[in-house]
Amino acid sequence: MSITVRTLTKLYGEQKAIDSISFDVKSGEILGFLGPNGAGKTTTMKIITCYMPQTSGTVEVDGLSTIDDSLAVRSKIGYLPENNPLYHEMNVLEYLEYAAALHGMKRNQVTHRIKEMVHVCGLESVRHKDIGELSKGFRQRVGLAQAMIHDPDVLILDEPTSGLDPNQIVEIRNLIKQLGRAKTVVLSTHILSEVQATCDRVLIINEGKIVADGTPQQLQQDFQGAESLTLELRTGLPDPLQQISPKLRNIAGVGGVELLGQSNGTSRFELHVEKGADVRESAFRLAVAEGWVIIEMHRKATTLEEVFHKLTTS
Amino acid sequence: MNSLPNILPIFKRELRSYFNSPVAYVVIVVFLAILGWFFGSNLFLNNVASLYIIFDSPLVKILFLVIAPAITMRLLAEETKSGTIELLTTKPVKDIEIILGKFFAAWVVLAAALVPTFLYVIIMAVLGAIDLGQVISGYVGLMLMGGVFVALGLLASSLTENQIVAFIMGFIFAFIIFMLDKVLPYLPNFMASTLEFLGVDFHYSSIARGVIDSRNIIYFLSMLAFSLMMATVSLERRKW
Repeated sequence: MSITVRTLTKLYGEQKAIDSISFDVKSGEILGFLGPNGAGKTTTMKIITCYMPQTSGTVEVDGLSTIDDSLAVRSKIGYLPENNPLYHEMNVLEYLEYAAALHGMKRNQVTHRIKEMVHVCGLESVRHKDIGELSKGFRQRVGLAQAMIHDPDVLILDEPTSGLDPNQIVEIRNLIKQLGRAKTVVLSTHILSEVQATCDRVLIINEGKIVADGTPQQLQQDFQGAESLTLELRTGLPDPLQQISPKLRNIAGVGGVELLGQSNGTSRFELHVEKGADVRESAFRLAVAEGWVIIEMHRKATTLEEVFHKLTTS
Repeated sequence: MNSLPNILPIFKRELRSYFNSPVAYVVIVVFLAILGWFFGSNLFLNNVASLYIIFDSPLVKILFLVIAPAITMRLLAEETKSGTIELLTTKPVKDIEIILGKFFAAWVVLAAALVPTFLYVIIMAVLGAIDLGQVISGYVGLMLMGGVFVALGLLASSLTENQIVAFIMGFIFAFIIFMLDKVLPYLPNFMASTLEFLGVDFHYSSIARGVIDSRNIIYFLSMLAFSLMMATVSLERRKW
C-alpha cells in the first residue's frame, strides 16, 4: 500500500503552508516526517487523510485519489490526529466499538478485533474506564487502538509521542514499531531520537518544502561537515596560546585550533578537523614527543540534531 | 437508508451521550416543570380541563424555542472545539451521515420530553371526552415544529466552536422563522402572504387544530431538508 504525493501545495489565504512537495512512501515503510513547528507536517497529514483538500497537486493512496475516492481512501487509513482528540465521556470499549462501527465492521468481527486491540495496546486494566479519567499514556494507546481498529494498511500518526514521559515514549515507540511491521506508516515528530529509533526513512520539511530525504544514517553522512576534536592536555606551560596552539595547528588535517580554557597547568583545546581526516593518532604522537599528558580526547561527529538544525535555520 | 449506513452508529453514540450526561435530564425536567405548573394551575385554580397548554399556548412554543437549541448546542460545537471532528470526518463517513445521525438523536431527546405529557392527555380523557384525532395531530405538529428548531440549532452548532454562541444563534434562527407571521401587520401586502407561508407558527397552528394538510407537511419537510442541508454545507466549510 503506497502513498504518492505530487507537487502538493496548500494555501491558507495568502500564506503557503506547503509548497509543491512531492514524495513517495513505499509499502511497508516507516517514514518519519521531521520539521520545526509550523513547517507543514500536520497540513500534509490532514490532506493525506482527506480531512481537507489541497490547493493543487495530487495525493494517491494505493492508486486512489484523496479527492475523487475519498471514502475508499479513508477506509484504508488509520489516523491519529495531533493532540489525540477523544470523547472523554465514553469508556474505552464503547469508544472502540464506535470507531469500528464507523468503519462498517460486522458485529462478530468487532468483538474479536476489539479484544485483540485492547490486548496489543495494553488497555485491559482500563477498558471499562471513561477516557476522561485516563492518564496521557493510556489515552495515547486508546488513540492508537482507535486508529488501527479496522486493520488499515496505512497508518498516519501526527506526533504520537508528544506530551508523554520518557517511559511512555519508549512504550509507544515500541508499539508503533511492532504494529507498523506489516503496514505503511507515516509519523511526524520534532523529536530526532524518535526518528532514529523508529523510522526507515526521514523527510525533513521546512517552511513547506522538503529539504532532505533519506535514511537517518544517509542524512548524517551527507551532511557531515568538518568534525571537531576536543583535547585536554596537562603541560605545565604558562602560555598555551603561544606555546601549544601553533604546534597543534601544524598537525596535518587540522584546520584551526581554539583554546577553550585553562587552569592549573591543564589547557583545553578544540581542533577543527578537515572533512575525512582523522588526526587523533598525530595528536597523540605530538603529545608524546613534547612530553604532554593527554587528560581527555574525544571526537564529535555530526548528529542528526545538527543536520536538522542546519537544514531548518536559514 | 441503505446508502447511508453510518447514521446509526452516530445516532446511537449521540443518544447515549445525551442520557449519560445531565443535558437531557435537565432539559426534560425544566420543560415538564414549567409546562406542568401551568397545566396544573389551569386545572386546579381555574377549573379548566383543557389541553390548550400543551398544544396551543404561546408557552409551549416559547419552551420549544429555548429547549431545542439547548439540546443541539453541543452537537458540533463541542466536536470542533475538542478536535474530535477531525477523527469523525477522516473515518469513511459522509458529512450528511454525521448531520443526520446527530439530528435524529437530538430529535429523540425532544420527543422524550413530550412523552410524559401523555399523562395530561390521560387525565383529560378521564375527566371528559377528548378528541383523539386532535391530540395526535397536536403531537405530530409539535414534533415537526420541534424538528425544524432542532435542525436550525444543529446548523447554529456547526457554525461555531462555542456552545453558548451556538445556543444563542440557534435560538435566534428559530425565533426568526417563528416570528415571520407575527409581523405581518407592519408589512406591505405583497410581502405578507409570502412571509405568512414561511412562518413556522402559521403551519403549526393549522396542524394543531387537527387538520393535517399536505401543504403544512410539505412546508415542514422542506424546512427540515433545507436546514439540514445548510448544516451539511457548513460542515464542509473546512474544505474551502
